[in-house]
Amino acid sequence: MAPRVSVVSYGVGNIQSVLNACRRIGAEARQATTGDELAAQSPQRIILPGVGAIGAALAALRERGLEHGLAERVDSGVPFLGICVGMQMLAETCEEFGEHRGLGWIPGHVGRLAPRGERRPVPHIGWNTVELTRPDDPVLRPIDGKDMYFVHSYAMSCPAEFALATTDYGGTFVSAVRRDHIVGVQFHPEKSSALGDALLRAFVA
Amino acid sequence: MYKRRLIPVLFLKDGWMVRSERFELHQFIGDPVTHVERMVQWDVDELIVLDIGAEQSTVQHDRSDYKNRPVRNLLEFITKIAVDCCIPLTFGGRIAHVDDVAIRIANGADKVAMNTALAESPQIVTAAAERFGSQAIVASIDYRMTDNAPEVFVDRGRRATGRSVVDWARQAERLGAGEILLNAVDRDGAARGYDLETMDRVADAVHIPVIACGGAGHQRHFRECFEKTRVSAVAAGNIFHFTENAYPRAKTFLKQTLSDIR
Repeated sequence: MAPRVSVVSYGVGNIQSVLNACRRIGAEARQATTGDELAAQSPQRIILPGVGAIGAALAALRERGLEHGLAERVDSGVPFLGICVGMQMLAETCEEFGEHRGLGWIPGHVGRLAPRGERRPVPHIGWNTVELTRPDDPVLRPIDGKDMYFVHSYAMSCPAEFALATTDYGGTFVSAVRRDHIVGVQFHPEKSSALGDALLRAFVA
Repeated sequence: MYKRRLIPVLFLKDGWMVRSERFELHQFIGDPVTHVERMVQWDVDELIVLDIGAEQSTVQHDRSDYKNRPVRNLLEFITKIAVDCCIPLTFGGRIAHVDDVAIRIANGADKVAMNTALAESPQIVTAAAERFGSQAIVASIDYRMTDNAPEVFVDRGRRATGRSVVDWARQAERLGAGEILLNAVDRDGAARGYDLETMDRVADAVHIPVIACGGAGHQRHFRECFEKTRVSAVAAGNIFHFTENAYPRAKTFLKQTLSDIR
């Protein structure tokens, strides 16, 4: 049976791409726009997409009771995937148009990319290689050493034990994190063609 | 390793896909949905769709010989192509309000390109960047050579601004744009290669990625632009629509000499 996936929607960003990707891989995806709605859906997987400025995203999430709603579900063991800003929100502190308090599920800080060298403009936009620190990770295993699509100006720094993958862009940055059943990816699996679908399939499996 | 992108551009006019030459001549090519499907099959690095019609695309094609039911408006089109679009999609054209940006992003666009808005209502660029992040906002800049200097034109290349392309690009960056799509109008549809000098100058003048567009007629033009300029991506329209398997063949060709191609 197709697993029930809740895609968290907080009013900014490209939710539709993630919903479309879930449908492509045969998952039953629904939008959850409030904490209550999320609880009522009792999902087996949760995806927190993210495009947008992180301060606005965090404020919208809290306004809709989703911070509490998400914590409740994730504390009870539901596997979680944060994408791009959805990964960044996991950190304790986030900087972008000011300093913001993140969800704090992963000890870390989100700061602006500062690549060294020529031809390294910010935002980092395009395809880049993802190198796993733990190649046997059940969700990211299909994409180790592969190119995924990035579009971001900020990235998370965190203790090595939580860094699941790194990527080089004028110096390495953390491109995926994991803490137990909480996973975050800085790239966009929903926009990374067949490999992105493979990652999402592994997540819902 | 970071890969530089090769990007097909689709021009949309009143719901049709068209071929463009000097921004003046627009020849009908066909059903845009079918073309987008082909791009997805080619697994292109990214896709840019520019709506260049003068009015809101409300079209009744009423053709029964297309495999897809014709789309009736822009939104329906974005929604329709986004369903199977597992690659990054930039949508541009006719953005007059922040809500125009919001609706495109909500329905499947990853990035939105603005052109005339940079001249008429620059505050929209900033407002959109604050709401969606700079990485979602592309400044589309068209220029023509006037007295041997690149001058910015708006309104689909019709209205001169008197501004130099470097100043304009820097201003777009200050306003909050996260990327620049730089199009040489004189070379549009000319197939004689990219304006390497201007592309490199602009890429050097800003801190955000620059996409070069206008003039590709052969695979070697792509290679030339990747080798001789500091742009992050090279884009083209016509060449990808009229030559058999042009995109995959171009990729194979580029990978022979360049390592940072996906």
